[in-house]
Amino acid sequence: MDFKFTEENLSRIESVRKKYPDSKAALMPVLYIAQEQNGYITREVMDEVALVLGIKAVDVLGVATFYTMYHTSPVGKYHLQVCTNVSCMLKGGYEMLEETVKKLGIGVNEVTPDGKFSIEEVECMGSCGTAPMMAVNNDYFENLTKEKLNEILDSLK
Amino acid sequence: MEKILLLDIPNYHRIDVYREHGGYETVKKAYSMSPDEVIDEVKKSGLRGRGGASFLTGLKWSFMPKTSDKPKYLCINGDESEPGSFKDRQIFEFNPHALIEGALIACYAIQAKAAYIYVRGEYHNWIEMLQKALDDAYSMGLVGEKMKETFQTPYECNIYIHKGAGAYICGEESSLMNSIEGKRPYPRVKPPFPAQNGLWGCPTTINNVETISNIPAIIKNGWQWFSRIGEPRHPGTLLFGVSGHVMKPGVYELPSGVLLTDLIYNYAGGVPGGKKIKCVIPGGSSMPPLRGDQIEGVKMDAESLKAAGSAIGTGGVIVMDEDTDLVRVLARITKFYYHESCGQCTPCREGTGWMLKALNRIARGQGTTSDLELLIDVAKNIEGNTVCALGDAAAWPVKFMITRFRDEFEKAVKKEVVMPVASMVHSMRHTALPLAELKKN
Ligand SMILES: Cc1cc2nc3c(=O)[nH]c(=O)nc-3n(C[C@H](O)[C@H](O)[C@H](O)COP(=O)(O)O)c2cc1C
Ligand code: SF4
Repeated sequence: MDFKFTEENLSRIESVRKKYPDSKAALMPVLYIAQEQNGYITREVMDEVALVLGIKAVDVLGVATFYTMYHTSPVGKYHLQVCTNVSCMLKGGYEMLEETVKKLGIGVNEVTPDGKFSIEEVECMGSCGTAPMMAVNNDYFENLTKEKLNEILDSLK
Repeated sequence: MEKILLLDIPNYHRIDVYREHGGYETVKKAYSMSPDEVIDEVKKSGLRGRGGASFLTGLKWSFMPKTSDKPKYLCINGDESEPGSFKDRQIFEFNPHALIEGALIACYAIQAKAAYIYVRGEYHNWIEMLQKALDDAYSMGLVGEKMKETFQTPYECNIYIHKGAGAYICGEESSLMNSIEGKRPYPRVKPPFPAQNGLWGCPTTINNVETISNIPAIIKNGWQWFSRIGEPRHPGTLLFGVSGHVMKPGVYELPSGVLLTDLIYNYAGGVPGGKKIKCVIPGGSSMPPLRGDQIEGVKMDAESLKAAGSAIGTGGVIVMDEDTDLVRVLARITKFYYHESCGQCTPCREGTGWMLKALNRIARGQGTTSDLELLIDVAKNIEGNTVCALGDAAAWPVKFMITRFRDEFEKAVKKEVVMPVASMVHSMRHTALPLAELKKN
């Protein structure tokens, strides 16, 4: 499967490069742009990123696989990230994770067959004062209860 | 009571409101001083870093070379991934212009060409808020090439936001620099320190978001004013994030040196159900936990907490009531460090895995007393033997939790001692029983 950046994204990449003295430093923002366009980051995507930035593909691989927020396999349309670290755990983080798993009928790190949901157990998201929490894609939902969690999941179409 | 960062002014995050209250005027004052005078002012104020190590900010700035044929940089650390820390997020949301104004002054003091604000990727929406504030500052000519005209100065600098992508290790200063450079973010061996060899090999200073946000108030009101707030050895206000078993969790801006019990019982409303406190982690998950009976009279500043056997860290206070299962808590904390170890050094990579296995065994009710010794032994072998401080951060909770709550961990493990083979052989040499007898047992 070939991957090419859209014209619009190529010009976004151009402006991102201006923030840094060399093009390698634009790698992280460019990976975000690639993920936005393709949904997740395949080897073909990495090759294209390397080509566009004029850096080695192996360096792209080393960075793309290091971070949890770059997905190297598909995630759901709604990627659910439930925090279970200490502050959330003390307030029911694991119960929220169990409820999510039960409701969607998939395990952690799995995607529903219709591609709508995926679940990830995440480390502290900085919501300790409003625990427990779940992020849906980029949005935080905090002070969760089982009822609230179910309401949110039901509202995601 | 005086607040510096989280003011009760509606819409203070907006540039018009910020400027109505004198915002960006302090840049003019700073630029009328020499860079060294600005550094001196910060030095005298006694400001200490809010990113974990409480290092003196003015002193750190003075390490920057005065002359350099390379450009200089400022990195601002907003990775905020230490469990229990959620304070910098408040600055992005409620006072982003103090951060930007602080960056303009700090850059001038160290004569930096640009500042990179590193913000964790999960804070996507807060990055947008900060970006909006930055765009507004640019369009008003407060940052970038128009600065010269606005502030009538020969100096100019740029400010950029770099978005992280979910890795706690990127909060470590040299990992953060590798991350910005687009390299795999392994921490670097120090020395050389960032002031000599930082971002792109250039002289670099790195400070926490809260540290930099304090700068405008210090320059505006003078070092004397700042040094009189709170504890003299760690002056100013701190953003304390209180979480866990309290009625009113949240971020409280209070003078340093506030009593830990005051913070928990008065500000955060005490423990639900009037339960007793079993354990408090006073500064984020890496810091040594205190027993409930150790917190009386403890003040929240770097020196007092050190004397009490812990550390201020990022001021993230996690409160656990009497019913908390500390074995589970420690196992969860250790899982975090195991997950976040970059894998570069063997003691950290392997040690966090061993500790996690032993703790999970204990949590399943299959642990033995020798697992406790093993845990402490592994922790001691990680501590001080790694490239970066994540190793220590993983070792401390294990070492201190088990020694300070020994009774609780003893209760969770089986009494019989499974002797390592070597000591079994050793003990046989001293036994009066014939070997054949021993084998039967
Ligand atoms: C594993 C690890 C993670 C860290 N994470 C952060 C962080 O998220 N934010 C931060 O400001 N400092 C963090 N630090 C501390 C930084 O390395 C550095 O000391 C700090 O940003 C300096 O700023 P300050 O002098 O203003 O405190 C971390 C350190 C380590 C070892
Ligand atoms: S101590 Fe751990 S996190 Fe730090 S460099 Fe070594 S392996 Fe990486």
